[in-house]
Amino acid sequence: MAEFNQNHFALFGLPEQFALDSTSLDQNYRRLQSEVHPDRFASASPHERLHSLQIATQVNDAYATLKNPTARARYLLQLQGVDTQEESNTAMPADFLMLQMEWREAIAEASEAEDIPALEHLLKTIRLEAKVLQEQLHIALDENKALHEASAAVRKLAFIDKVRADIEQAIIKLED
Amino acid sequence: MAYSDKVLDHYENPRNVGSFQAEDSDVGTGMVGAPACGDVMKLQIKVNEAGVIEDAKFKTYGCGSAIASSSLVTEMLKGKTLDQAMDIKNTHIAEELALPPVKIHCSVLAEDAIRAAITDYRSKNLMEAEGYNACKSAA
Repeated sequence: MAEFNQNHFALFGLPEQFALDSTSLDQNYRRLQSEVHPDRFASASPHERLHSLQIATQVNDAYATLKNPTARARYLLQLQGVDTQEESNTAMPADFLMLQMEWREAIAEASEAEDIPALEHLLKTIRLEAKVLQEQLHIALDENKALHEASAAVRKLAFIDKVRADIEQAIIKLED
Repeated sequence: MAYSDKVLDHYENPRNVGSFQAEDSDVGTGMVGAPACGDVMKLQIKVNEAGVIEDAKFKTYGCGSAIASSSLVTEMLKGKTLDQAMDIKNTHIAEELALPPVKIHCSVLAEDAIRAAITDYRSKNLMEAEGYNACKSAA
């Protein structure tokens, strides 16, 4: 059975890096899930049952963290002792913030006009932007060990994830 | 979550929404953003020859508390010298608006925006806080 309190990468037998073998992650996730499934511990001692439940919870948390690129990068930095300062560091590059403002305005306008194609177009642009940042993270974390730079990219991705979720919600609202 | 009356008032009737020409030499622009919540704030100050902020404008994308914090700040800034403005702390903003702990970061964002706007103005005018009077009396 999997060991409790292992680092997320070790738990899934994956190397500690940003580039992800998602097939391995998914396969190992399913294997671990079945290993620690509560049904298998129905006749076990209360102690063992609790232990399996704790591992099942950790497996789910670890999977969610590694699956999401922003969370994976944040976690990798955390393992290196780097805080991404998403709560405290407000000094983002001005051009990036201007772009955020423009996107927000475009979302508000398109929502007002009930223009779903415009929202979908914007979503595409934003997904592309996220891809570019993820590529930067891959280079900064796996090749250059540029932790400061990676931290800044995580902060940018935090904005982009939020905008993305807001657009998706706006589209769902209009489609209803 | 319940907003305080003051937050609601600023949120529903935001003061000083808009912008100045960022290129003008008497204007300082501060752009800040909070990654954790995705809020973006642009705060601008217009400074007169005596070094006093005569006008302030803002544009904020974010929750009610972020909008209220920036709206309140534009009111607080008017009539203050740059040094006095530098003394505005997020705790003043949070207290005034009765922000709950989870919304304190909105007031931090507003404080950072003030600092960024002042820094921008000063760097544009190459004017140190203390150096200013010396320059003026020498002129």
